[in-house]
Amino acid sequence: MLRIIPASIQEVPFIMSRQLFALLLTVALLVNLTACSKSEEPKAVSANDELVVRIGAAAPLTGPQAHIGKDNENGTRMAIEDANAKGIIIGGRKARFELLSEDDQTDPKTATIVAQKLVDAKVHGVIGHLNSGTSIPASRIYNDNGIAQISPSATAVKYTDQGYKTAFRVMANDSQQGKVLGEFAVKKLNAQIIAVIDDRTAYGQGLAAEFIKSVKANGGQIVAHEYTTDKAVDFSAVLTSIKGKKADLLFFGGMDPQGVPMVRQLKALGLSAKFMMGDGGYTPKMPELAGAAADGMYASLPGVPLDKMPNGRDFAQRYEAKFKQPIQLYAPYCYDATNVMIAAMQKSGSVEPAKYLPELAKISFDGVTSKISFDEKGDLKGGAITLYQVQNGKWVAFETMGATAP
Amino acid sequence: MPMDILLQQIINGLVQGSVYALVALGYTMVYGILGLINFAHGEVVMVGAMVALMAIQALLLAALSPVLVLVLSVIIAVAVCMALGYSIERIAYRPLRHAPRLAPLITAIGVSIVLQTLAMIIWGREYHAFPQLLTNSSHNIGGAIITEVQIAIVIIAIVVMLGLMLLVHRTRLGRAMRAVAENQTAASLMGVNINQVISTTFMLGAALAAIAGIMISANYGVVHYYMGFLLGLKAFTAAVLGGIGNLQGAMLGGVLLGLIESLGAGYLGALTGGILGSHYQDALAFMVLITVLIFRPSGLLGVRVSDRA
Amino acid sequence: MRKYIKYNQILIAFILAVVLLLLPFLTDELLGRGWVRILDFALLFIMLALGLNIVVGFTGLLDLGYVAFFAVGAYTYALLASPQLGLHFPFWIILPICALIAALFGALLGAPTLKLRGDYLAIVTLGFGEIIRIFLNNLNAPINITNGAQGISQIDPMRIGEFSLGRTLEIFGLTFPSVHLHYYLFLALTLLVIFVSSRLQDSRIGRAWVAIREDEIAAEAMGINTRNSKLLAFVIGASFGGIAGGLFAGFQGFVSPESFGLMESIMILCMVVLGGMGNIGGVVLGAVLLVILPEAFRNGAGPFQHWLLGKTIVDPESLRMLMFGVALIAVMLWRPAGLWPSSVRRRELEATDGMVQQDTMYESKR
Repeated sequence: MLRIIPASIQEVPFIMSRQLFALLLTVALLVNLTACSKSEEPKAVSANDELVVRIGAAAPLTGPQAHIGKDNENGTRMAIEDANAKGIIIGGRKARFELLSEDDQTDPKTATIVAQKLVDAKVHGVIGHLNSGTSIPASRIYNDNGIAQISPSATAVKYTDQGYKTAFRVMANDSQQGKVLGEFAVKKLNAQIIAVIDDRTAYGQGLAAEFIKSVKANGGQIVAHEYTTDKAVDFSAVLTSIKGKKADLLFFGGMDPQGVPMVRQLKALGLSAKFMMGDGGYTPKMPELAGAAADGMYASLPGVPLDKMPNGRDFAQRYEAKFKQPIQLYAPYCYDATNVMIAAMQKSGSVEPAKYLPELAKISFDGVTSKISFDEKGDLKGGAITLYQVQNGKWVAFETMGATAP
Repeated sequence: MPMDILLQQIINGLVQGSVYALVALGYTMVYGILGLINFAHGEVVMVGAMVALMAIQALLLAALSPVLVLVLSVIIAVAVCMALGYSIERIAYRPLRHAPRLAPLITAIGVSIVLQTLAMIIWGREYHAFPQLLTNSSHNIGGAIITEVQIAIVIIAIVVMLGLMLLVHRTRLGRAMRAVAENQTAASLMGVNINQVISTTFMLGAALAAIAGIMISANYGVVHYYMGFLLGLKAFTAAVLGGIGNLQGAMLGGVLLGLIESLGAGYLGALTGGILGSHYQDALAFMVLITVLIFRPSGLLGVRVSDRA
Repeated sequence: MRKYIKYNQILIAFILAVVLLLLPFLTDELLGRGWVRILDFALLFIMLALGLNIVVGFTGLLDLGYVAFFAVGAYTYALLASPQLGLHFPFWIILPICALIAALFGALLGAPTLKLRGDYLAIVTLGFGEIIRIFLNNLNAPINITNGAQGISQIDPMRIGEFSLGRTLEIFGLTFPSVHLHYYLFLALTLLVIFVSSRLQDSRIGRAWVAIREDEIAAEAMGINTRNSKLLAFVIGASFGGIAGGLFAGFQGFVSPESFGLMESIMILCMVVLGGMGNIGGVVLGAVLLVILPEAFRNGAGPFQHWLLGKTIVDPESLRMLMFGVALIAVMLWRPAGLWPSSVRRRELEATDGMVQQDTMYESKR
């Protein structure tokens, strides 16, 4: 793809100084990449001959999911600081990575504004968004502008199913994860009578639907499908009605803010059913806040346990040291997503998405969460999914199951 | 339909309803006297819970007995919330006493956003565990289970309602409140210090909010800066259902709303053959509300007033 | 009385027209294309705010669920022009349908709530908005209509024949990116909505609305059919929301129920009240400010803090929300009737005799 520099940029009569600087950098970069008139380069490029690479990050930084959004930003930030410390060379020039973090407020409309902003800022790639509901509308804008987008955590099948060559994810989609979860529930935990609650978000609904499919395919029986919302704290009514169905396993498609009170109320109401969640439940908050009630519950997370990966344990330790808190949820995936993008840039010798996208599509990369490669849609190829159990107040890897592509 | 499940659902509804009622009482008291929807009330509940959490954590370090810790932290939370309630009224509502009706509604929304964001800055974005200070054992009533905290919530809601009714109808302050509600100008001519009465009302409402916040946190075990919004909304709905401005109405509305939600979530699926399920419990609650208001435009116990929008 | 127009009024109108036409290009050059998108949203919200203004500002009925009509319009467009049902109608057929269906919902909401007043009406409209959202969120089973929480994606862009608003257009040597093209369509429809609003205001029905707002009993005594007038206010207000919703769906290419929460209703209400209830200019101002302010804070919150304190103590995102909340309070304290109140309201406020107080919140429960 040839990037045409609008002639008008050079003619802009007045611009605020900070923006002028950014603009000059942009112009410099564009001039460089399109190999236009060489004569302009010296005056536009900053003193040292650095290649500035702007990585956009988008996640909710305010609102109910702010803590997970901040965790995402931290993961991306760490990858960028690592890359800068390492002194990455792209196309023969030393690259300096910059992070542009934006708050999408979990709102699809804001997500498109933020996406357009990142496009305006001439980012070379985007790590985000956190939710499917924001990743999907934003993906159209990134696609229109030819910018690579790697979501660390969007799981809706639709996200990579729109025919966009720019959309990738380093997270198993609902169908991949639901399939494994259903199989695990029926085959490994020997649960036959299964109840499901979902939180009616794109994530919860999608995962629960795929879980139900998989349970039925494996010969299990779904006796109840109840619902809640992603803002609720009281689940006693739906739990009571599940109690009446005498289920031996309850699956909740949702996130930890609901998972914590739910598992507490489950125990308080005297239900004996095993409790299981998807990746939304695998957070340090879950056993910490739910206390003894969480003991014995299961949650899944795509990839291999961090402990088992060569760099995983190191990543976790450095993360905790740097941000003074344990990893909340998707930070390792953001870290991987950023590193995969940088690796593709290095391979192609270019920071232009048009150049590095083909490399990204066929990359094979050893991340901290798993070995990362993409299928033709941009989904994570046949990765493993690990199930964890809370034992004595700690998440312990229970079993890693190989997923087969749907 | 197994009886123990039905009984459990009724208990769930009663507890949930008492939670709504506790918050709704604060709403309705302010409304009854000022005719103002204090949209920030839910956030005051959240602040109460957060402050209590901080106090408990600090006092536990001082190695005091759990009962003392609980009493002290309740006192601290109530005091902080009263100060907050006073300031909100002073800053955001009093200057607008003669402004168009919607102006204080907008400042209330502004206060709500400010409190929420401040809470996020101070206490962080994550959920906090609310420590369990006293043993919270469960009791089995005919196959249904209720915890001691839940029993306490129901009792406190009733006691608070009765206390407020006594206050409003039997004390000097209550008489002043009713006078202000009736006609401010006349009340001030009779020697009632209107500003003082209104400030007291707000502080009382905020104190209730603090108690509600603590009880709710103790029941659910988690505290979050976002917890006030939905709770406030539900409590407001409950207050309107019962007839806003009416104390018994808030209690009735709260319990009804709780029962509708739990029975709706429990039996909607079975009653409609699986077409509508527990995902419609909120829709059902609002439909009941709309139906009630069509037939009783001022809520179940509300008095028909000739107010204008 | 306004038969003759002064020369300089024509000049002002001309300058305004030129500025409005050039605005997307100026914005693009100076602030970036993201801001053109924000302008597009500002225009959408002007339409929404003007629609709500008919109900709240003119007729004085507090509506906290207005976003429902926005949602109905958006989903109407999404269902009629996406792979969801396999339908692909052109937008100029869909938009009137959006308005019509939203109007229908307006009547549906209006009819049972005619007897309700003040805050009771507020909570019922709020409930109505939530009911619509809950249904949109859950109608993926037993029959998949709305695709539930996953939302509807790949919605067709607005196009006439071969000409699509979703693509960059090059004509006469000028380049019109997609966001610019949407701007012009939205601008045209916004001007239409402004025109309709102002004609309605001066019409017989508009005066009836104001009479109902001022005193419903007196209005009824004067022979105004309050029931029909109120219904009409709901219906017309809803149809504006429906059009804005349709445009939103076509612009965004994706709709999901989370775009239509209670917070959106509250934001639209804030626009109306903050700008100046009942005054079209004020409402337009309110909408523009409330769309642009949070975005301006998004860019300004970080540098502002650095300038003030020299370092970053509070997250810029948190600071942005904080500043927004403070701005809401400050503006209302400073100008309780809104930034640009209608002349009738202003007169009421300036008068100081006892009559005025009847319109205040503290007197509402007489």
